[in-house]
Amino acid sequence: MKSSLLMDFSVDKVKNQIKVKREFAAPLTKVWAAWTQKELLDQWWAPKPWKARTKLRDFTVGGYWLYAMVGPEGEEHWARADFKSIEELKGFSLTDAFCDSDGKLNTEFPRTDWSITFSEGTAVTTVDIILTYAKLEDLEQIISFGFKEGFTMALENLDALLAH
Amino acid sequence: MMKRDVFQAIADPTRRTILALIALQAMTPNALAEHFNTSRQAVSKHIKILAECELVQQKQIGREIYYQLEVTKMKEIDNWLAQFKTLWEDRFSQLDQVLFNLNPNENEK
Repeated sequence: MKSSLLMDFSVDKVKNQIKVKREFAAPLTKVWAAWTQKELLDQWWAPKPWKARTKLRDFTVGGYWLYAMVGPEGEEHWARADFKSIEELKGFSLTDAFCDSDGKLNTEFPRTDWSITFSEGTAVTTVDIILTYAKLEDLEQIISFGFKEGFTMALENLDALLAH
Repeated sequence: MMKRDVFQAIADPTRRTILALIALQAMTPNALAEHFNTSRQAVSKHIKILAECELVQQKQIGREIYYQLEVTKMKEIDNWLAQFKTLWEDRFSQLDQVLFNLNPNENEK
């Protein structure tokens, strides 16, 4: 089932965007639920061996999602996503950030804008994600922050970055 | 000297253009400068940064110095981005599983 599902990944170095497109073998309502309900998000948002743990989720415009990425040793990296727009069953946009466990922003790291749109096709639901960085250097900073510490640390930070 | 980073190199539009030009063929600093409205000095400054990032190689042919693209180094950028891709792939296969496990009768929301 997985091998037949489309996944596109492209980088626009001029627009500072990363675009990810993926099909899921499920109806729109299910896919939307998996992307918007905290109990479901916590099950898949963090790539193994990390786990996502939601502390607060207010899925409204102006609201935010505060969660920790929890590592195998119990280490926590907090992140939040501020919702900018929501169109039920169509898509939503947000701005991500690193923060502390109370949601206080860590301003040392650049924030990324996310736009996520859903469309239902025959037997599949397609999700389009566009990540927009303010500057290409931001992407560099976020990536190199992790890579300096080796592969595991890198994943951890990329997790935190991409997790919103 | 602190080594520069490839991302710093490609963050600048002039440097991206230089890379695009020398990707096609090795070029002399003068030939390169003709493609820009800025001074030759400004162009050589960009080339210097690219060289420090090891994205550009110098080659002496006769009296002329030619710059050519260091392809392996450009791959580094792609490799880093590939990490992002892998991350998404892992995450999405977990999502596939979550969707698979969702009871079909409970998906009407």
